[in-house]
This record gives sequence, C-alpha cells and structure tokens, in this order.
Amino acid sequence: MNLLEIKNLHATVGGVEILKGINLTVEAGEVHSIMGPNGSGKSTLAQVLARRESYEITKGEIVYDGKDLVALKPEEAACEGVFLAFQYPVEIPGISNAYFLRSALNAVRKYRGQEEMDAIDFLPLLRQKLKLLEMDDKLLNRSVNEAFSGGEKKRNEILQMAVLEPKLAILDETDSGLDIDALRIVAQGVNAMRSPNRAILLVTHYQRLLNYIVPDRVHVLVDGKIARSGGAELALELEDKGYGTMEAAAGRA
Amino acid sequence: MTTATQELTTYHEGFGGFEKSAAGHRLAWLRKLRRDAFARFSEVGIPTTHVEDWRFTNLSSLAQTPFRLARNGGGGVTIKALERFRMEGPSCQLVFVNGRCVAGLSNLGKLPYGVTVSNLATEIESEPSALEEWLGRYLDTKRDPFSALNTAFLEDGAFIHLEKGVVFETPIHLLFVSTSEAGPTMTHPRNLIVANAGSQVTVVEDYVSLPASAGAEGRLFCNTATELIAGDNAVVSHYMIEREHIDAFNISTLRIEQGRNANVASHSVLLGGGIVRNNVHPVLNGEGGDCLINGLFAGTGRQHLDNYMLVEHAKPHCGSRQFYNGILGGRAHGVFHGRIIVHKDAQKTDAKQTNRNLLLSDEAQIDTKPQLEIYADDVKCTHGATIGQIEENALFYLRSRGIDESSARQLLLLAFASECLDRMAEGPARTHVETLIHGHLGHLIRAANNDKASEAAG
Repeated sequence: MNLLEIKNLHATVGGVEILKGINLTVEAGEVHSIMGPNGSGKSTLAQVLARRESYEITKGEIVYDGKDLVALKPEEAACEGVFLAFQYPVEIPGISNAYFLRSALNAVRKYRGQEEMDAIDFLPLLRQKLKLLEMDDKLLNRSVNEAFSGGEKKRNEILQMAVLEPKLAILDETDSGLDIDALRIVAQGVNAMRSPNRAILLVTHYQRLLNYIVPDRVHVLVDGKIARSGGAELALELEDKGYGTMEAAAGRA
Repeated sequence: MTTATQELTTYHEGFGGFEKSAAGHRLAWLRKLRRDAFARFSEVGIPTTHVEDWRFTNLSSLAQTPFRLARNGGGGVTIKALERFRMEGPSCQLVFVNGRCVAGLSNLGKLPYGVTVSNLATEIESEPSALEEWLGRYLDTKRDPFSALNTAFLEDGAFIHLEKGVVFETPIHLLFVSTSEAGPTMTHPRNLIVANAGSQVTVVEDYVSLPASAGAEGRLFCNTATELIAGDNAVVSHYMIEREHIDAFNISTLRIEQGRNANVASHSVLLGGGIVRNNVHPVLNGEGGDCLINGLFAGTGRQHLDNYMLVEHAKPHCGSRQFYNGILGGRAHGVFHGRIIVHKDAQKTDAKQTNRNLLLSDEAQIDTKPQLEIYADDVKCTHGATIGQIEENALFYLRSRGIDESSARQLLLLAFASECLDRMAEGPARTHVETLIHGHLGHLIRAANNDKASEAAG
C-alpha cells in the first residue's frame, strides 16, 4: 500500500519556487533515500512534509496514509504519524528533555484517544530507548538540545523518533557532521525502527550513511525535481561520479 | 512637575481624620513621622511623566481618582472566600483585609523561640519603643512621594522579627486582600522585617483583590512599603506577588538594608493589577553582602507593569545580580528601570543586570533603561537587555512533535519564565509562585488567541 504519494508538488519559500514538480511514491516498509546537491530542495521537501507553514505549496498534492497531508497542521501531521528529524535541532532552554518527550508522546496519545502517560510509566520506556541509542541518562534532565554536542543533538532526534514511533519518518541530513561512531549508533537506531508498517525517508548529501542503512530506492533531486531514481546502487554511482553529470543532464532537459 | 493640589484634596481630608484616631496617635515620634511624611507628600504630589523616575508610567488616572482610606478591616470576608489564595504547605499566615490585620483569618502555626510574627498596629499599641529604632529609618520618603504617602498613613502591616541566629524554615505568607465596597478605596500596608545577625527567614507578600460585586471590580489603590533589615550574615528571601484585578493600582516599595555578609534574595512576580509599580531598593551596607534581585512580570490587555530597581553598593566586596524577565501581550506596557549606584568606598563591587523581554503582540511595549553611576574605580558592572518574540523555529519544532500551537506557545513562555523560577530556592514559596505563573501564562496565551480571532473576524 502506498503510504505516501506526492504528485507534481510545487512549493515556494519567501516567494521563491524551490520545489518544481516532485513526483514520489513510498510504500509502507520501504526506506527511500533522497539525495542531491546543496540547494536542490531536499530540506524544503522534508519541511513541507512536516507541514512547516512558512513553506507554501502552490501546486500539486500529497496523499499520506489516505489523507490530504496539505490540509494538516504540523501538530496534526505529527499526530497522524509523520516525524521529521531536523537537520538543525532547535535548542529550547528551560524545558527539560524528559518533559518535552513526555509532552510530545502524550499529545500524540491524546490525539489517538489513548490515555496519557505519567512520569512513572514513561521513564522505563524512555530508559529502554536511551539504551538503544547509547545515550547518557543525564541528557534527560538537561534543557532540550541546549549545549548538546552535534552528535548528541542528532541522537536526540532519533530518540524522539523512537519514542513517538511514527509511520513516516523523515531524516533530514541526520548523518551530517557525525563521526563514524555516532553515525553507526544513529544508523543502528534507525535500522531498529525499520518495520513493515513504517516508511523512512533519508535525506542526505552523502552516500556514507547508506553503507549502514541500505535503502530500497534512491532518488536524486536536482533543481527542485527528481532527476533520477534507482536502487541502492545509484548511491554508489553518485559517490563515484558526483552530482555534476546529473546536474548537467537536468540543465539540458 | 507636580499635580494640582485639588487632586490631593481627598488625601488631605483622609489624613486629617486618620492621624487623630490611628493606632499610636498619641506617640510623639510616630506623629512626627507621619506628619513630616505627609508634608513631604503634599509638597511633591503625585508625579507626572515629566519626572525622570516616572517617565514611562502615567499616573493621571490615579491622580484623578478620589481614593478614600479603607477603614473597615475584614468586614464580610470569610475564610472560604480566601481559600483560593492560600499557599500550599506548612503554614504561617497573616491575612490583611484592606490593610488591617484580621486575626480570625490568620493562622500563625507554631512559632519557634526567637521568632515574632505579628502586626504593626498591635505592636504600636503594646511595644512601640521596640519599633522606634527601625520604623521609617530606611525608607526614602524624600525621594519617593509614595514612600512618603505610605509613611503618612502607616498603621498596620506585618511585623516580623528574628533574634540572632534563629532559623525559621516555614515561609511566612502575608496575604493582603483588597476590596472596594464603597467607591475607590486606598490602603497603605507597611511591613517591617528585622532579621538579626545570622538569622534566616522567607517572607512572601501576596497582594490579591476581591471584586466589589458581581461584574464590578471596583477601583483600588494599594500603596505598600516594606523595610527589610538583614543583619550581619543573615539570610533572607523575600517574595512580592502582585495578582490583583485590572482596576487596581499597586505601588510597592521594598527597601532592603544589608549588613556584613548578609545574603538577601528579592523575587518579584507581577501578574495582576492595572497599573503596577514595583520599587526594589537594596543598600549593601556591609562588606561581603550579596543581593539577588530576581523578577518576572507578565501582562496582557492594558496592564502596565513598571519595575524600578535602585541598587546601592555602599561598602566593598559586595555582589548584586538583577535578573528581570518580562512577557507582554495585548497592549500591555512593561518598564524595567535598572539603576546601580556604586559609592566611592565600594571597591571590588560586582554588579550585574539583565533584563530579557518577550513580546507576544505588535501592540505590546517595553521600555528598558539601565542607569549606572559608579564613583569607585575598581568595580565590575555589567548590564544587558534583550527584546524578542517567540521564535518561529522553536514553535515549529514543538508542533512537529505533536504539541498543538497554544500548548507549544505556553511551553515556550514557561521555559522563559523558568529562568526566574530556577533562581528561587526549592520550597513551598517557589511551588506557590510556580502554580500562579503556570495559570497566568495560560491566561496570556488564551488572551492572545482571542485577540487573533477577533482580528480575523474584524
């Protein structure tokens, strides 16, 4: 079943058109990788899917899990199971990480008509997820992302994903800036989340992550359109030849 | 510079009757204290915005309202009506209704040896000589007309006294309830807190109001003043909570006198009131003293919340830290005036001042003004102010995790306010303040949502 179907999607940011006709279909259980050079629209696509309101959709449609995703607010999309791991996780001084995670989980549970979890029930669940990501307990009592290292921030994103258990997870350059140990841990966390009911979109600039998380499909985004799609081997080809030939081809088209 | 004398008529009338019958009217020193203060007030009047210290706060509506002195203490106020104002936890509470202590509503609990918690009117009648040494000695009635006005009408309020070395861990909750049953009402509570050498105490001043009748709040003017004397090595925490209704004027002055190595924390939390002025004036008058001046002011609608800090370093090796955070929505107007005076002998002073503000609407306004006067040459003084809005990035981050927009905004406001809460020592006083702030921020968000909705409709 198609979990996500994007048809002829056009989107602008501050009046500038960034996405210029994206077509993409993702089935539940699949892992897709969106690759492409800087400025090709990868992050815009990720933000649009998470329903950032400053990104305006001017044409096209997004059907997610049988629903019109465009009509949803960011919090509704999240409650429906869309999750974006931010490229630049936001620091929120004054809110503890544990409180934030529980607030998020309870918001989602409430939306789904489930009972909210108190701190006592929540803690064991959180501990188990922390272990998976080899994260220190101390990060729970600190303010959200405040003074976290780059690797800690990215792991914190995956921790949130593990807690919220989304149906569609979008990872926006989660691999950028990670050393190999952190990359391995993040990949391990993501792989643990692979499931027949869940789709994962890996937005990345580099092929390196795909050594650890092998995608079912790879799409190359150039100038707001998907220039090529293929299997996992396409990523290797890109690593070899770079984006240059594809940009040139798109330019000619 | 001053208001027309006709606007002071009601004060003159009020004072004439008051001084003949007030507690201690036969005591020569007290009579002189009141008279001198009233003379000073009459001379200066209610300040206009031409006076530098009042530049951002327009008191013309206060000046034009004929306030009468409240003489009915506690009439008709029941314990049940005050239930919602109580502070959770161990209790030592004095309740004042329209400035008069009401024993039947108060509960002091068990006071340890060396701790006196009483009311000024009682002390004036029974032990006036014990007060003479302190009362009116520190409050600057020359500079500030409202301190003069308060002193002219001083009669009741809290009297707290700790003997040397006595530690009292239960916070003392002073609840000041204003009601206005017969027209605009004024009260002038006066508190005296004496913490002798090595003692420790926490005092919470909490200002609330009861509506005059259903649908009509009634105009109030609460002009309160507190003299807080912290002896050598004493540790004092003081909370000022303002949560009166929108028709209330509240002017409060906290004058702190600190001895050697005394450690005082002043926490101001301004949530309610229409026009509010919060004066905090510590004088570090002994070597090694440390003063934390912490505050949060959060308003909406047409609230006007003015904070005037005057921190005086008179002796060497003292530290003062001012942190005030403001949250303003609707057409609310906030003021932060942070004045630091480092006197000639106060070498090695370390004074810090930070004022951070969050504006929730285009019409909300903040005036922030640092003012440093340094007469010593080996000191460290820093100041900084910021004005910002809720960050769109942070808001989106929270919403992308499923938290709805209103809750996300409230969470971010709480985070901003928690900077102030984190500076308060753990305990019932902090918990009390935390609960009030949580509730109030929810109110601010709802008000902002309503504004948005009516804008969209209009």
